Amino acid sequence: MNRLRLATTWLDGCSGCHMSLLDLDEALLDILAGVEMVYGPLVDVKDFPARADVTLVEGAVGSEADRRHILEIRERTGILVSFGDCAVTANVPAMRNRFPVEAVIARAYVDNADRHPAAGDGAAAERPAFAFTGVPRLCPTARPVHEFVPVDVFVPGCPPAAAVIAWLLTELVAGRTPEIGGRSRFGA
Amino acid sequence: MGDRITIEPVTRIEGHGIITIDLDDEGGVRDARFQVTQFRGFEKLTEGRPFYEMPAITERICGICPVSHALASGRAGDAILGVHPPETAVLLRRLCNCGAFIQSHALSFFYLSAPDLLLGMDADPARRNIVGLVAAHPDLVRDGIRLRQFGQQVIEMVGGRRIHPAWVVPGGVDAALSGEHREAIRRMLPEALAIITRTLALFKQALGDFSAEIETFARFPSLYMGMVDGDGKLDHVQGRLRIIDATGGIVADAIDPVDYRQHIGEAAEPWSYLKFPYYRPLGYPDGLYRVGPAARLNVCNGCGTPLADREWAEFRSLERGPVSSSFHNHYARLIEILYGIETIGELVAQPALTGARIRALAQPNFPEGVGCVEAPRGTLIHHYRVDDNGLMTWANLIVATGHNNLAMNRGVLQVAHRFITAAEVPEGALNRLEAVIRAFDPCLSCSTHAIGRMPLVVRLRRPDGSILREISRS
Ligand code: SF4
Repeated sequence: MNRLRLATTWLDGCSGCHMSLLDLDEALLDILAGVEMVYGPLVDVKDFPARADVTLVEGAVGSEADRRHILEIRERTGILVSFGDCAVTANVPAMRNRFPVEAVIARAYVDNADRHPAAGDGAAAERPAFAFTGVPRLCPTARPVHEFVPVDVFVPGCPPAAAVIAWLLTELVAGRTPEIGGRSRFGA
Repeated sequence: MGDRITIEPVTRIEGHGIITIDLDDEGGVRDARFQVTQFRGFEKLTEGRPFYEMPAITERICGICPVSHALASGRAGDAILGVHPPETAVLLRRLCNCGAFIQSHALSFFYLSAPDLLLGMDADPARRNIVGLVAAHPDLVRDGIRLRQFGQQVIEMVGGRRIHPAWVVPGGVDAALSGEHREAIRRMLPEALAIITRTLALFKQALGDFSAEIETFARFPSLYMGMVDGDGKLDHVQGRLRIIDATGGIVADAIDPVDYRQHIGEAAEPWSYLKFPYYRPLGYPDGLYRVGPAARLNVCNGCGTPLADREWAEFRSLERGPVSSSFHNHYARLIEILYGIETIGELVAQPALTGARIRALAQPNFPEGVGCVEAPRGTLIHHYRVDDNGLMTWANLIVATGHNNLAMNRGVLQVAHRFITAAEVPEGALNRLEAVIRAFDPCLSCSTHAIGRMPLVVRLRRPDGSILREISRS
């Protein structure tokens, strides 16, 4: 029998949804026995594989890198799962959306930094817009995953409980598309 | 100008990161950088929220150490209220912190680093992970799972849930501990102690195999910072900051966290979303210092619990002065797990632990508050300002991985010098570059308040940006 090719990833999230997956504890070993982990934070595979049966996506889309990543994942994934409140609603990352992204950056890197060696240190006093190079650009707002790609399964929760994740994976391994219904709720 | 190598992303760390290596014209390593590539903006996005919501919001910075953020936030809240939490609340905060340290250190050691340590730095990347480890060392994996589970269960019994418990509040905690839960925690202690005892023995046995890594994983003199109590013993929750120099001499001691800005500055560089804190008296970038498990064991005069103190003495005998190789963070993590288990044993023996008085109530009395704790990865500082209604007007957060940023960059450079030339970039060298970063156990979700990962590509780039050679691991 072909084992389920499972990928997981995190975008703009806190890793809490992945930690809840680890909270399956020893039951995780049984689940891992039934799947092939083809991509995810615990394995050393660097490229998203050509094909995954299921991908769990944690986190909102907050940067250009997230956006590119989710488009590629959608192309290569059978069942895409919006995994946790940040993926489903943009949740905590979206709290920045009421401020211009420049103001969010300025708070951390201009107001709350006292040295700007690359910009010439005098620049700090004049409060310049701090320009990054070589790191992915932040999107103007953090948005839920389904605004970028079609999502097959939504699993709310911050994070979803380990028991819900166990049920979800069991359904997926059995070849069914899970109906979450009332099993998890926002903020649960 | 020579060529450039990029490793993207660094895997098996908690977050987004890229390693870039610049080569000189002779093909030697000229410079190396560890770039953090995501940013979430908690310093700004919390503006306008009531300060008592801050523990629950800042927990969402990181699912691995939410308890540490809640504790730092709670302490900043204590300062804004101007109260001391009742004795029971302090004991319960300490208990929850022990659970948090145990689960986080177990995650780092068993899930993220053990594949390198037990399968080898040069093992096949396809099986150099926790799944590969299950096949080779099933008992060890089971031990790791059980130990992490123990830590998470302590958090759950004390705080109500494993991840993001809304339990630490300004002035204390939100729920008392039942006698039943105290007993349940006590009953779990022997197994946890047995696991850490055999893991420490195993690790010490294996140390001899890693002399090259110990030599090169960020082994250089630096300052170290960590929190200690009045006697200089480890104190993760209520301590004061101590900074020592490369010879072990104390350069600053009993620093009240309120005064952190007299000692620590923050530099911003345009190529990384992670800022570069530095020790002010030495300036930037000379004021490089390290925090975290090994730094804490370097700055303290001992752990303060009997078994951990014995291990601590052995640890400190590794080098004449402070232990300078960041590889030994792995070792220090295991010792801190032992310390956490012993401390839980002491806490559950205290009658006041199950007291009913758990929260000091007050209105916000001060416009500003600083909360500082030791998180598993190092010192964590939350600094808030509020208006008359207690709504947040400003926040600054300095997390462990930030403090270590200068040191991680220097560590990457050190490994690159040793293992890489333009002619040859062996796979094992790539993994060692990542492993030196993993030794710091950087939590990039904390550090830029972001997390994630991307594929590894190593690029040799000409100065004009064109690609000379591309190496992909898959
Ligand atoms: S949903 Fe909650 S637990 Fe999951 S990534 Fe977002 S903040 Fe973290």
